[in-house]
Amino acid sequence: MEVTAPTVLALPGSPNRFAMRKQHAHLSDEALVALVARGDEAALAELYDRMGRIAYGLALRVLRDERYAEDAVQEAFLAVWRTAAAFRAERAKASTWILTLVHRRAVDLVRREERRRAEPLADEQSSAGETALATDEAAWLRFERERVQAALGQLPDVQREAIELAYYGGFSQSELAERLGVPLGTIKSRMFAGLARLRELLDDSAQEGSWRPEFTS
Amino acid sequence: METGIHELTAGYALDALDPEERYAYEAHLPGCERCQRELASFWETTEALAIAASGPSPSSELRERILTDVRAEPQVVVPFEPRRRRVVPVLAAAAAVAAVVALGIGLWASHLSGQLDDTRAALERERAAAEILADPDARTVSLQAGEGQLVVNPQGRAVLVLHGLDPAPSGKTYEMWIIEGETPVRAGLFPGRDGADVVGVDGTVDTGNVVAVTVEEAGGVDVPTTTPIVASEPV
Repeated sequence: MEVTAPTVLALPGSPNRFAMRKQHAHLSDEALVALVARGDEAALAELYDRMGRIAYGLALRVLRDERYAEDAVQEAFLAVWRTAAAFRAERAKASTWILTLVHRRAVDLVRREERRRAEPLADEQSSAGETALATDEAAWLRFERERVQAALGQLPDVQREAIELAYYGGFSQSELAERLGVPLGTIKSRMFAGLARLRELLDDSAQEGSWRPEFTS
Repeated sequence: METGIHELTAGYALDALDPEERYAYEAHLPGCERCQRELASFWETTEALAIAASGPSPSSELRERILTDVRAEPQVVVPFEPRRRRVVPVLAAAAAVAAVVALGIGLWASHLSGQLDDTRAALERERAAAEILADPDARTVSLQAGEGQLVVNPQGRAVLVLHGLDPAPSGKTYEMWIIEGETPVRAGLFPGRDGADVVGVDGTVDTGNVVAVTVEEAGGVDVPTTTPIVASEPV
């Protein structure tokens, strides 16, 4: 066998932080969480770059205050940093887990601060910020929003109301029962039936064709 | 008809349970596979609701605030230093690495497929690697050459996390080796990316083994022909 001259690649120097972040761009969210669990700060930064905007949009919808919304996102990402080792990829996607943490934090804050209570349902979506996004990403967000709104629109009104007030308004089941003047058991049933139906509708529309660009920005 | 605590799954996924019921549900959940499955699928639905809420972007300071927070408490991260340092085998690691190049050990037929880079297989491998990385019982072994770390779980499955490797030159590939004593065993190929590589090591890494990487002809070889550019400390 012909002996090949050893090909020795230069060993890399210590990469700077910016380079580190870029280096993680091709990893899955789940792999990033695994790296976060091992103390990789650049992996957390990459997760924020992927999820931060959606996380903030969610927190703002619930909290209706920029400062509180940023606090909720900040605390949620700190929770990601602290508890990443407990994350199990076989249980849920990393994005689901992170958004669940953000939502829970936002709901805790809104209840504590008594901040909502205005009408939480008004959909004040602004597309202004989307001009700053890559075209693909903005288009995907718009597509997803329309898909979810179409699915919500197909729910019976009482089910949609229960889900929207709970998820976007931060109302608990007993608060909803009081607010709407119906028994607690009714609220529970509406919520379960509504969410199960929404799941079906979203599954159906996903099969009609969804797409998601790769976010590497 | 869904009744009782199972029905609370929807309220839980929406973060709408009152505190007492939330606690009761969380106590119930670990023992109920049905609820776990249901919750996982409802969480996908609430994720869609979350994405649909998207609005304006957060301030650019938020990112820096988060990273500042994180830097302030690096010690909170789950420790992954070895719980016990095993006695390093007689054969010094450096010698093991040198041996890789030197020897003409018996070859054996490789049953490894050289073409694993179809996307699905790559994703599958990355998922398996992520599981090992997330295993709290896995331990981290530092590298004596190269930048990154080797993570090995108690079953001997291992992942190499490498920073700063360039993509393999045209016509070449990176090949991993598990070196046992003086015998290098093929442990898989990877192309290298412009950035970080997280690569599952094929085979089982036992105590005292060294994991190394060489640059080889595309398709890989049975015996390393170049000096390792990456080598772990003995596991």
